[in-house]
Formats: sequence, structure tokens, C-alpha cells
Amino acid sequence: MNYDDVAITTAVTIPYVRYSTRSAHWFLARALAETFQSSGLKMSDIDGLCVSSFTLTPDTAVGLTQHLGISPRWLEHIPMGGASGVIALRRAARAVQCGDAQIVACIAGDTNHVDSFRQTLASFSQFARDAVYPYGSGGPNASFALLTAYYMRVFGARMDDFGKLCIAQRANALEYPHALFKKPLTLEDYLTARPIAAPLRLYDCVMPCAGAEGFLVMRRERAHALGLKAARLLGAIERHNAFPDDPIQMRGGWELDRDDLYAQAGVAPSDIDFVQTYDDYPVMTVMQLEDLAFCAKGEGPAFVRSHTFDLRGSFPLNTSGGQLSVGQAGAAGGYLGMVDAIRQLTGESIGGIVPDAKIGLVSGFGMINYDRGLCSGATILARDAA
Amino acid sequence: MTTPLARPKRKNPFLRTRLSVLPPAARSRVALGLTAAAAEGRFELQVCTACGTTQYPPREACSRCLCGDLKWALQDGRGELISDSTLHVSHDLYFRERMPWRVGMVRLPSDAILITHVHGDVPAAPSQVRVTARLDKSGQAALIALPIMDTANMSDDRQLREMTCDPKFRKVLVTDGKTAVGQEIVKAVLAAGADMVWLGFAEPWKQLPGFADIAALPQVTPLPLDLTNSESVKQIAAQIGAKVDIVINNAEVHRTHGISSRYGVDVAHAEMEVNYFGLLRLAQEFGAVMRARGADGQSGAVAWVNLLSIYALTNFPPHGTFSASKAAALSLAQCLRAEMRPAAIRVINAFPGPIDDEWNQLVPPPKLAPRALAHAIVGALQDGTEDIYPGDVAQEWRARWRENPKILERELAG
Repeated sequence: MNYDDVAITTAVTIPYVRYSTRSAHWFLARALAETFQSSGLKMSDIDGLCVSSFTLTPDTAVGLTQHLGISPRWLEHIPMGGASGVIALRRAARAVQCGDAQIVACIAGDTNHVDSFRQTLASFSQFARDAVYPYGSGGPNASFALLTAYYMRVFGARMDDFGKLCIAQRANALEYPHALFKKPLTLEDYLTARPIAAPLRLYDCVMPCAGAEGFLVMRRERAHALGLKAARLLGAIERHNAFPDDPIQMRGGWELDRDDLYAQAGVAPSDIDFVQTYDDYPVMTVMQLEDLAFCAKGEGPAFVRSHTFDLRGSFPLNTSGGQLSVGQAGAAGGYLGMVDAIRQLTGESIGGIVPDAKIGLVSGFGMINYDRGLCSGATILARDAA
Repeated sequence: MTTPLARPKRKNPFLRTRLSVLPPAARSRVALGLTAAAAEGRFELQVCTACGTTQYPPREACSRCLCGDLKWALQDGRGELISDSTLHVSHDLYFRERMPWRVGMVRLPSDAILITHVHGDVPAAPSQVRVTARLDKSGQAALIALPIMDTANMSDDRQLREMTCDPKFRKVLVTDGKTAVGQEIVKAVLAAGADMVWLGFAEPWKQLPGFADIAALPQVTPLPLDLTNSESVKQIAAQIGAKVDIVINNAEVHRTHGISSRYGVDVAHAEMEVNYFGLLRLAQEFGAVMRARGADGQSGAVAWVNLLSIYALTNFPPHGTFSASKAAALSLAQCLRAEMRPAAIRVINAFPGPIDDEWNQLVPPPKLAPRALAHAIVGALQDGTEDIYPGDVAQEWRARWRENPKILERELAG
């Protein structure tokens, strides 16, 4: 079954803050309320809810229904971190296509108390608690330092390649009102920033923060009837624990499923007008560009050197600035690219605009369970011409 | 090569003594198998009994065939460091105080991937390494990748030293200098670089061979210490407790009686007074002050060694009351270990087989030479192991006990 009759609408953002005394419930409530506000729908119109959050514990989506006073007939909880946005969309799309729900609100959000990130890390997974956290407790910085060092050694990437991506994203972020980083980034700033976990320095690392994102999924005819601007869903893939025999992560599940993705969508990589990668660390962006067939494996560094990545560049990337410049609001980080992709395609951008964008690709990646990220996903969205 | 450790300067009395913090200690139950092996100095990983796949991190089912029966198996630890990093920022207080910190990923020939601490002498990835499992300051197993060949001063590596209790530049109390074992321990810790030894002696009127010579060594300070006397232990603790980095409690009374061979409780009482209550007195007087010094600079309080006996595991009826006193001491030592853990002080229990001394005269060989026991104790300090079974008899009894304690009991009953 294709996704032809699925519409994605009503991208909402609860502005990010570095720290908050609110709980995740507050941010998720705000995101849900904002979808009503933006769409003009009432609480009773939405019969499906899909939630992602790390800091909602001990609650899940179940507890949230009572907390927020809603009675959905379809409920999903997706604990897949940075892949949550793409996978929420996949789940919600099938639910509305099959009639299990009419309108699904997909929301992701997290709070960030002064000490909550450390607590999340210490008990992130059984493998992390047993076999990662006791080794320096560097969190994802340490995990991605190991992957980055390996990638650089094997494929000849240089820090200024990664810096180029970070700088372009910062330029995009300067046009996006909710970005927490508001100053331009120079290559010198990037290369001389304080070391975090060699070879990573400060601007290679996302900054944990609090915030939320959301969108609505319904059938196209419903969106048209409601007068909502919508993006179309051309294709979507997900994969978990791909390539378990690779000694270290140099690729994600996208490589297994990309042909399927482009076949579903009926487009080629060259048809894509902008790409939203999951950019928790720039090495992951490079891997996604390779695995999603924008260049061959190992050619990421050359691809970076031959393109420009700002909104009006040869390869517009992470159009709102990405997590590296906007901040990483926990699971909302897995929604950031999706939400801005919807806005770019519905003409509702609140920041910079990719000129004449018709097709966008959103990639998700999440959950460093032990030594690598396990969840990958990607989706191709298009402007709804109807 | 590692920069050799410098003798620590005298402590500045104006500075506050830092408090102990521990590295993250939470582990799942299945991961404690790694700790159980590391406590005895072995690096073991789970291996699937059905398909033979080596597993890591520890898990409940084989990641290849879903078999639920995984057995811990000895590893030689040789592998390739495929990536490494030096961390400058940590989320954890313990590591934050010790930045920068080197970590890496090691691929074993079995394809298991290990995230490990990395010794400073290991060349940058890719390079060959030996992985060992050590107990970290929290008492949990942690993997560290070492250079493939020993390097100069390698035990002085900052990260490795966090996992050991090396006597180098440390101050040691040996509670009984009158026995051959005590004297050999003094020689061995001094040879290992200990700064000085306080050497306890009870019953000063009793001249025993060797003591005068050992007490005359320049690094040795003899102290009258009678573990059966609470006041004596208290006085010595007041005098040196705040300076001792390592306690080695080797004092013991050993008589060769069961229940029926000696009527009355006087001998059993004497054994308990030293072997059990002596440890209790020592632990009460020295425990608190040592706990306060668990993070006192490069050479803070670090370890407590108990001389137990392999007879502590299962009673050896010809030495029945001695066995019972050592079993009591073992139980108390486990309590002490739990109480010392928050201060990162390792409690090491030595379970020797019969020592080659007068009280084992009638026990047939092989018997453990006092010097071999002393070297095993210093080895445990240098490796940071928790339980050692020195000598062939102890090794064999330990193996039999692990296999089936009931069978061993029946065999020892004659």
C-alpha cells in the first residue's frame, strides 16, 4: 500500500529553552494545544495520539492521556529518540489510511532540568549502564567521538569538513527564530573550540535543551476539507539494529532500505530539493548523505567539499539550523527536521526558505544502545499541488 | 612509556582532605558475572553453550541463536583497538575529577566489541592490545586495554592505578611481625616500593626468630599491637590510623583441634579472640579513619588485606575450631568490604592452603611457603583483585568447592 492519500499538516514548535523547571508533560501539553490552535480543530476532533519523550518517565503515552484529559481511540508511544519523527509518521499514516484513526497528533518533547540529562544517560539502556557509562561517562559525546575518529581515519574526513556543515547550519539557524544559537560560527571558532572528546570539540556536539514539536497526520481529503496546508507523504522506511556484524558503525539501516524509499516515492536522490538529516554530530550527517545515496560510501568528505549547504546553497541541509544550532530537546530532536520540512513544503516557514522546494527528505537516527545507533528511518515528503 | 610515579609530597595540612567519589556502580544482575571473575583476577565473557558465540555486553540470551544458556568463559583478551578517544568532559563526578580520560573500542578475534578504558602506553588506534577486567573504585568490573607487551612503569599509569592498590609509595600496617608470613610480607611490600611499614608485635617478652632483623630495617617501625586487647588496638589506631594506606591483617592463632580432641573452649576462644574479634577490633578502630582517607591524594588509603584460610570455605575437621574462626572472619570480612566500598577501599581476602609452618607440621605436602603467600598478597594489591587462593591446595579446594560444596564437605569428613 502506498501513502498517496496521506497528508501531513500543522507543524508546531514549542520554543526551546536551555533549562526548564517544567516537566515533559508541560511541553507535550503545549505542543498538543498548539496543534489545536494552529489547525482550528477541537480536542474531540483528534482521535489518535502518538508520543515520544525521554523525560516523561515514569509515564508513557498512556499516563499522558489522563494527564491531558484526552480519550484517543488510537495511541502510540515511540521510544526511538532521533528516529521518532519518521517512525511516528509511518505509524500514524497507516492508522489514518486504515481508518483506525481520523486525525493523529504526533508530538515529541522533553524537558531539561539542570541534572536531568545526566540521569537520562546513567540509565539509558541496560547495555549503556553496564558497559558504556562506567567508561568515562562521556555520554553520546564519547560514543560519537569513537565513530568520528574511525570515520576520519578510514575515509580521510577532516575536521574542517565537519566544520563546513556546522557553519552552514548555523547560517540557516540565524534565520530561524527558535534557534538557541544566535551568532554566526566561523571556521576558526569551530576548530579552536574547547575539546570535548577527541576529535570532537564544542560545536560538534548538540546542546541538550527543553522544548517540543508536533504535527498532524490525516487523509488528504480531510486536510483539504479543513483548509489545512499539507505536505504529501511519498515514502517512508525504518530499520532497527542494521548491520550488527559491522565492528563499528560506518553506516545505518538506510543503506538496506533506500532503494525501497526512492521506489515508493518514485523519485531519485537528484530530485530532492532539501535534506534534513539527524545531526546530533556532523559525522552522522555525512553517513546519512552516503547511506541515502547522495554519494557513495566514503565519498562523504568529497561531497561536503563540493557542495554548499545553506538554504540557498547547492544542497540545502537542515533548513532550520538542525539540532547543532537549534538545540536538542530530547526526543523532539527527532522531529525538528520533519517539522521544518513540512513548513518548507507548505509555504509556512517561520525561518529561512529554500527557494522553490517541492520535495524534501527527512532522515531519523536514534538510540545509542551500546556502541552504535540502532534506529534509522527516512521519509520523502512533497508539496501538495492539489 | 609511562611517566614514573613521583613520591607524593607531604600533605599540606591546610587543604581539606577530598572525599571519595565512586565511578558509576549500577550494573544489571547478569553483568555482575564480569565482576565475579574480575574479583579473582580473571577476564571472562559469556559464551553461548549452543553455538559458541562470545557475547558482550553481558546478556540473557545469545545474540546469534537465542539460546538462553550462556557460560562465563576465560578470555585471553588479545584484540585490536579499532578506535580511541580522550574525553575532556564527563557527566559523572568521579571522572570529572580525573579528566582527561582515555577510552576506546576493542574488537576481539571472536568479533565481540568492547568499550574499554585505555592505558596511556597503548598506541593510537589501530593497534594491538590486551584487555583485562579489573575492579574499579566502585568494586565493579571494568575493562582496560593494556599495551600488548609490558612497558616501563606501566603500573604507574594514572588510569590503571585507579584500579589497583599498588603498594608503591604507600604506608602499610602489617599486624603481626613475629611470624614467617608477616616477615615475608614486610619484605615483599618493601620490594614493591612501599614507603614504610608499621609492624605489629604482641607479647613482647616472647622472642621469636627473624623479628629483630626485620624490625631493624630502616623503613620498618615496630609497634606493640595486641589484637586481643581493645585498648592496644585503639592506641595504635590513634597513633597511626590517619596515615595507614594499606592494612594487612596477618595475625592469627592456629591450633590443630577438632571438637573432641580438646575438651573445653579455651583454645577455640583464643583462636576467635585473634582471628575473629581481632579483625573486628581492628576494623572498628581503623575502618572509619581509613574511610575518611579514601581519596587522600595519589596515595590515599586504598586496601585492607585479611589473611583467611581455605578452611574458611569448608571445615577441615582436624583443624576444626581454626576453620570455624576463619569462617567467622570471612563473614566479617564481607561486611567490612561492604562498609569500605563507599570509600573506594578494597578489601582483599587471601585464602591460602596449609602454610608451611609449625601448626601444619602434620599436614602432608604440598604446603605454601610464607614467601609465596607474601608474593600472592602483594600481587593481589598490584592487580587489585579481591579474593586470592594462593597455592596448589587452595586452588584445588577452591575448584572442588565451586563444583559442589557438599561433595567437598563429605570428602573432608574422611
